[in-house]
Amino acid sequence: MKHAREHHEDRRALVVGGAMLLLLGLVSLFGIMIGAINLSVGEVLSAFGGGKNAFIVMEYRLPRVAISILAGAAFGLAGVFLQGALRNPLASPDVVGITKWAGLGAFSAGLMTPPAWSAWAIPLGVMAGALFGALALLAIGRRFGGSTTALALTGVALGMFAQALIQYVMVLFPSRADQSMVWLAGSVYGSTGADVAALSLWLLFCLPVVVIAARRLDAGGFGDDTLTSIGLAPSWLRGGLIVVSVLLTGGAVAAVGSMGFLGLLAPHAARLMVGPRSRHLVPVSAVLGALALSIADLAGRVVALPNEIPAGIVAAVIGGPYLVFLLFKEKSRND
Amino acid sequence: MTEHHPARLYCRNLTVGYGQTKVLRDVDVTIPDGRITALIGANGSGKSTLLRTLARIIRPSAGAVYLDGQPIAALPNRTIARTLALLPQNPVSPDGLTVRQLCRFGRHPHRNLLSRLSGRDEEIIEQALAVTDLLPMANTDLSRLSGGQRQRAWITMALVQETPLLLLDEPTTYLDIAHQLEVLEVLRSLNRNQGRTIVMVVHDLNHAALYADHIISLVDGGIHAAGPSAELLRPDLIRTVFGVESLVIPHPVHGGPLCVPLARHGAG
Repeated sequence: MKHAREHHEDRRALVVGGAMLLLLGLVSLFGIMIGAINLSVGEVLSAFGGGKNAFIVMEYRLPRVAISILAGAAFGLAGVFLQGALRNPLASPDVVGITKWAGLGAFSAGLMTPPAWSAWAIPLGVMAGALFGALALLAIGRRFGGSTTALALTGVALGMFAQALIQYVMVLFPSRADQSMVWLAGSVYGSTGADVAALSLWLLFCLPVVVIAARRLDAGGFGDDTLTSIGLAPSWLRGGLIVVSVLLTGGAVAAVGSMGFLGLLAPHAARLMVGPRSRHLVPVSAVLGALALSIADLAGRVVALPNEIPAGIVAAVIGGPYLVFLLFKEKSRND
Repeated sequence: MTEHHPARLYCRNLTVGYGQTKVLRDVDVTIPDGRITALIGANGSGKSTLLRTLARIIRPSAGAVYLDGQPIAALPNRTIARTLALLPQNPVSPDGLTVRQLCRFGRHPHRNLLSRLSGRDEEIIEQALAVTDLLPMANTDLSRLSGGQRQRAWITMALVQETPLLLLDEPTTYLDIAHQLEVLEVLRSLNRNQGRTIVMVVHDLNHAALYADHIISLVDGGIHAAGPSAELLRPDLIRTVFGVESLVIPHPVHGGPLCVPLARHGAG
């Protein structure tokens, strides 16, 4: 049974979400059309059917566009779950250090294994790093009473520690530093069909827990005493949301590198557009994450031709000021 | 159940401490079924800690809380949530909830992992909103309510949980006198009309006198006295518990005790 106001909010979220999806479609189309050789819409369509530009489109641009959408959505979802778990709008996989631990894991895995193994060693290193970061966060946060503030601050400290370790390793092995810099900034350059398949499978695997987490997300806004009173164990709820966030972050970082800023930006923008209810917030955060990464990649490709700027850097350069703008807008609305 | 239990909710040898400091020492408390019980005591006497430990929010360092004869620590969270609800002193809610949306969370212990709210759930919510007189406000944002209305909204959420036991931590704090009475009247009607057992921490002795059947007074983390409010509220109790000299006279309207504080103990 729903009430007029809830119907109104549903409609609004549907309209906003639809518009953002449409925009994502357009940006993706541009992403396929624009590059060293510019293609028309007709040429793109014929390439899908195996035309003369099929190689460029199918092997190079389509995987890149697809990975931007998938990884961006994963970052957006990871951010929204983490913010809900920690009841802190400043939390994101980046801020609480999970992307940094993932980066450290990837970096160490790359150094310790022969280059030929990197296809599976790096994703494995990413997941190991992300999970280690999250477990350390939960274990240490628990010692401080498991409050959301304790968890957030512990995450910041752990992230700095991981960051320092990454820099230390980079100083030790300067020959690997250049390549790692690009990866740590985050880039969708050189994504292949295999990357798309791997990330799709991973996200599909995560889908059931994402659905459960989305159903539970609103409850994360209650205090721990109220949660206990209604029979929801706060540590399980918050721990579960954090784990789902880590699974999504790990998959996305393995695919495109450490681009956690999207996880902060997308949920914020989504909250301003459709409000704080998770049934609206979760899908719109995913779409906005995908949109942000797609736009960042497109911009990074055309701004400095013939060079490319990694999408992670573009996202931070555009996203930083945009986030400040959003905060101003939010403030003026509350005043 | 074959063995005899003093009440649905009681605790034995309860000790609670944060680190070295003990907030409660060796406390035995029995909450009379179907009554309104008031926990009274000076600031820092441990009354709020006692309430939160009874509601299994705080784990005791020694002793145990028993619910329906079982140690509460051994019961599944969800089972407890169908028997006992706690309204914390400063409850925090998700942003942008309407009163009705808040109340829906109260149905949580009665639902399965992914099941949606049934028509029966919505019916229970409507009835509870009628009891607390919030039906006209059902679709209003919590943030737009007055203090008394918001407190009633939280009480409604606890009602929707359909628990025979309702624990409230200072339900009238921060409310003006009209809203205080508004909340206390709702609690009384829940007790009288629905038979719910109510335990509340209160600061105002006259509220305890007027609305509680049973009083438990705490001094320095221990139980000082427990009994019917009409018998217990006397100048000597008020002197020991609060360090205040007072006059207790029959209430001109209700006939129960009326406490009139005179001065700090020893101040003359």
